[in-house]
Amino acid sequence: MSKMTKDHSLGFLQRVLKHLALIIGSIIMVIPFVWMFTTAFKPEVEVLIWPPKLLPKAPTYQNFIDLFRQAPFFRYFMNSVLISGISTISILMISLVGGFIFSKYRFPGKNFLFTVLIVTAIVPFESYVIPLYTTMVKWGWINTYRGIIAPYLVMSFGIFLLRQHIGSTISDELMDAARIDGCSEFGILTRIVLPLSKSSGGALGIFAFTQAWIAFMWPLLLANKKEMFNMEIGLTMFQYRFSTNYSLLMAGSVISVVPMIIIFVVLRRQIIESISLTGLKG
Amino acid sequence: MQGLRLRKYSPYERSRILFCYVMLLPIFALFFVLRIWPIIRTFWMSLFDWNLIGRNHSFIGLDNYAMLFQDPQFLLSMKNTFLYAGASVALCFVISLPIAMVLAKKMRFSPFYQAIYFLPFITPLVPMSVAWKWIYDPMYGILNYILSIFGMPSVGWLIYPNVAIWALIIMNVWKNLGYNIVLLMVGLRNISPVYYEAASIDGAYGWKKFQYITWPLLKPMILYVVVTSTINAFNVFTQVYVMTLGSQAAPGRAVRVLLYDIYENAFRYFRLGYASAEAVILTIIVIALTVVQFKYIKSEV
Repeated sequence: MSKMTKDHSLGFLQRVLKHLALIIGSIIMVIPFVWMFTTAFKPEVEVLIWPPKLLPKAPTYQNFIDLFRQAPFFRYFMNSVLISGISTISILMISLVGGFIFSKYRFPGKNFLFTVLIVTAIVPFESYVIPLYTTMVKWGWINTYRGIIAPYLVMSFGIFLLRQHIGSTISDELMDAARIDGCSEFGILTRIVLPLSKSSGGALGIFAFTQAWIAFMWPLLLANKKEMFNMEIGLTMFQYRFSTNYSLLMAGSVISVVPMIIIFVVLRRQIIESISLTGLKG
Repeated sequence: MQGLRLRKYSPYERSRILFCYVMLLPIFALFFVLRIWPIIRTFWMSLFDWNLIGRNHSFIGLDNYAMLFQDPQFLLSMKNTFLYAGASVALCFVISLPIAMVLAKKMRFSPFYQAIYFLPFITPLVPMSVAWKWIYDPMYGILNYILSIFGMPSVGWLIYPNVAIWALIIMNVWKNLGYNIVLLMVGLRNISPVYYEAASIDGAYGWKKFQYITWPLLKPMILYVVVTSTINAFNVFTQVYVMTLGSQAAPGRAVRVLLYDIYENAFRYFRLGYASAEAVILTIIVIALTVVQFKYIKSEV
């Protein structure tokens, strides 16, 4: 891996070529973003010209003003925040408790219950959406927040992740010491396990939040009223109404992409590490 | 029976077991309502002629499955889904492996490149689908412009379903490239340099090293990446819905994939039993892929 190249000039040429290839690749990767951003700031007349120009001649904010006038994007945004927020909190709590119990205790039926969790992790959500939908119809939960949020309250992967983490960071001796000091089982959970699970809890939190944020088929089924749309559905419906007004559509795309890009830029290392972590378990 | 077994435990252990059950009860109640029961119900409903309208659901055994395999729409969506998954996973892997091999070594700007390649993976699908729709625009899109620079004719990317599926595949490769790269890098970095040093002493170089060290030791990670990407690709829906449906979500130009066919049968035509049978087939495919992976990893370790 760290072997020195004997011929330095050859090594240099190789390095230049590698960087050149990687830079060309990077440009291809970012073109869709750049194209989206620059179009969002073009006046409509500049969009439909041939040959296309990358940068707007007369940049304008007008598209963003029109966007919020045409559809309640702020409401969509807040809906997404609400759905993702509640989903994340619920998944974190459940995964902490579930991961703790499955890693540190033995009880009859443990293997059976764990197998059940594995099955729910394998079967894709979209394949059992039909009975879930009929249940929501029966309960009258269509067009309600509780109906949209419900399927995102649990995530078996979260339990696996925290089970692994707690199993490797918290020793039985530590738990016994706490018990001798008079700590209850529940106290162990809140006073020892919770503070020591912050790092993997953070990774799981990011994962859960994005998963709920990009939810599509379920909110598409459940939300029939504008007021209940999340960002993804709001933008989808918006693009049917303004299918040819690309500058307006790109403005809509920009505002739904920017929060995620900001999160990524700030938490880049943690996000990439948490993805590698899930791969390592494989 | 449970009580009988519990008698083996000391009172101390018994209270701990009780603690476990009390903590797990609400969790499994949620899992039951939101996951387990719907999974069971899907299998059950697939055996019925079940419509949303009308109350009488008649038991028809495996008739839904028999009908499916004669339904041209379903067969087309299976064909498309397999093509979509196969082509995008293969392309993505072939492109990502050399990039991962370069980035896994110590080099300048490696984290920077990683971030750039990874960016599409974390951006939400709908806005990016809208952006790609604009890239693919037959009249003013940037892709046809780039093709025209090289003297190639314009392509109506999203107009014909048999072309549009390749447009979806290209976008999927773009989106998942970073995911493949990051995981393959993890796999590559886990290969101990000792192997390479030993091979160098034995006079092995470039391709030989790859063939005898990198490839066999990377195999489990390759399998993991390929299986998870394939499962992901089988669940393609959002892009199809945003990019290939006409105005007001008219299915005229839709690229028919499995989830879209399920969606249409269940929620446009309300043929719930029939759509459930399709969902069961999707489940079986995904489980088969997962089993292959587990079997392989077990046999390796």
